[in-house]
Amino acid sequence: MTQHCKVLIAGSGPAGLTAAIYASRAELAPIVIEGEPSSTSDQPGGQLMLTTEIENFPGFPSGTTGPELMASMRVQAERFGARISTAKVQRVDLASSPFKVWVQDPETPEPTYRCDALIVATGARSLLLGLPGENELIGHGVSTCATCDGFFFKNQQIAVVGGGDSAIEEALFLTRFADKVTLIHRRDKLRASRIMQERAFSNKKIEIRWNSVVTRLHGDGRLDGVEICDTLTDESSDLSVTGLFVAIGHQPATEIFAGQLDIDELGYIVTGSGSRTSVDGVFACGDVQDHVYRQAITAAGSGCVAAIDAEHWLANLGS
Amino acid sequence: MATVTLNDATFDEHVNASDKPVLVDFWAEWCGPCKMIAPILEEIAEEQAGKIEIAKLNIDDNLDVTRRYDVMSIPTLILFKDGVPQVRLIGAKPKAQLTAELTPYL
Repeated sequence: MTQHCKVLIAGSGPAGLTAAIYASRAELAPIVIEGEPSSTSDQPGGQLMLTTEIENFPGFPSGTTGPELMASMRVQAERFGARISTAKVQRVDLASSPFKVWVQDPETPEPTYRCDALIVATGARSLLLGLPGENELIGHGVSTCATCDGFFFKNQQIAVVGGGDSAIEEALFLTRFADKVTLIHRRDKLRASRIMQERAFSNKKIEIRWNSVVTRLHGDGRLDGVEICDTLTDESSDLSVTGLFVAIGHQPATEIFAGQLDIDELGYIVTGSGSRTSVDGVFACGDVQDHVYRQAITAAGSGCVAAIDAEHWLANLGS
Repeated sequence: MATVTLNDATFDEHVNASDKPVLVDFWAEWCGPCKMIAPILEEIAEEQAGKIEIAKLNIDDNLDVTRRYDVMSIPTLILFKDGVPQVRLIGAKPKAQLTAELTPYL
């Protein structure tokens, strides 16, 4: 049986849950399709579920943690009547409102939900290196979750790939366990914020390999090293590590909207005038439409915008 | 409680003696994805009570067993039959996928 709702929110990071708080307070009884468990950022709560300390979210002068922040937002959304379903949107039909949304079998003729307005907050998922053997070595030395796996690398030599805030945060976190953390970065400067850069530079356990990319993973059944190529000299060298943490950025989760919403060349949903997408009644917020700021607070702010835009749009529809 | 809690001292005896396959959940308090699958494992334990037993092993407190099975990422789920590992599932997964991956071994 297809269920009808006024507002359906796909995604449950700071954008999706803030949209849920605002939409439920506007008495739109939103349904949140929060995602399914995984060990990547593609999970309920999103990328923040894999982070530790959050020091820049206003209102938490002594910091909080990603999972705590997301658990609180979830409780807050439910308090005002948002219904949250632990499932993943598999297919959408955005031809006209009410939009059709499938969360289980995408092949069934009848959708799981029909919604008058749709808020897309599916976020972004972590990228892998795309090297041979990488998938097989996940859980055997290759990791996308420092908070999950750092513990297993006590007194060992490990590497982190990336140069943004997430990569630096992972590298710093991993120094609690590892003897040495080599940060492998393809450019000659970091993209991370100044405060994170300074922390990395002053940490004696962190060594940075500039202008370097990982070109091969060594190890049979268990990682024991990586081949690194210097992009300036084109020379390759081996680095002996038992762990490799990949933090090279994210890719917006927009595959299911391809051909139905305007998507830019990088894969992000194009929004204009607040959170409006190319389809009337479909709104987008958070990292799925933002490749500039990508912060918890900007995602939350854009979630609020999307909920208010949806509320206005629904009000005009009725009048 | 639908699941049992094992430690380094009780692990071998319990896993060897069980007349059902035992799925051991290697987890820790600080692991978010572990917390996410905990309620799913409770559900599976109840729904498949006759076919499988689900046991939890806290890796922080039980390094011997954790090292012996070379666990390097959590959550890791290992299914034992007569004390012998049959399959190893790494990372949090949706319930339907966990059930599908376990079913051939039950």
